[in-house]
Amino acid sequence: MNPLDSIAGTIIAGVVLTVVFYYVARALVG
Amino acid sequence: MELVIDRWIHVLAGVTWIGLLYYFNFIQVPGLGKAKADGTAAGITKHIAPNALLWFRMAAAVTWLTGAVYLERGSFGMHAAFTLSGAAAPIGIGAWMGTIMLFNVWVLIWPNQKKVLGLVEASDEDKAKAARTAFLASRTNTMLSIPMLFFMISGTPAHTMGVFG
Repeated sequence: MNPLDSIAGTIIAGVVLTVVFYYVARALVG
Repeated sequence: MELVIDRWIHVLAGVTWIGLLYYFNFIQVPGLGKAKADGTAAGITKHIAPNALLWFRMAAAVTWLTGAVYLERGSFGMHAAFTLSGAAAPIGIGAWMGTIMLFNVWVLIWPNQKKVLGLVEASDEDKAKAARTAFLASRTNTMLSIPMLFFMISGTPAHTMGVFG
């Protein structure tokens, strides 16, 4: 099942991406 | 002053772009499903969707261009942002997401929506494929808008070290 097929799945995926990229950005900023 | 006006237009166009993106995803797509069932979809596909898509793709272009000007002339510079260098990394991540979203609008959503709405010739099979591609690209943009907006507001010099330092 593709999470993008539901609105809830899309929003949850967006929030998860935000958290993942927050830690990526923290590592890059140093 | 020019940079403030540029940023003002960037936010105005961005609100228009993302507002219409949320309208498509949260209102029009579910509504169109119901409208097709009771035979009232033509009003949306003929009179609303083409105009909404015009504002949508133009707002996307203006948002990206004014954002590029702000990046280049602001504190970080486009090169540092797009290469995710040091303190420019957070806004660079937002800029990359916005760029991917712009690509999705102009390369995946708009050409496929033209087929779906009957603005260009397409077979029924092509229309079904185009609808799925446009839908997934639109949903991808909705997903990306969430981190993109976080990095847009937190990636400015006033917040970078407080949030990511």
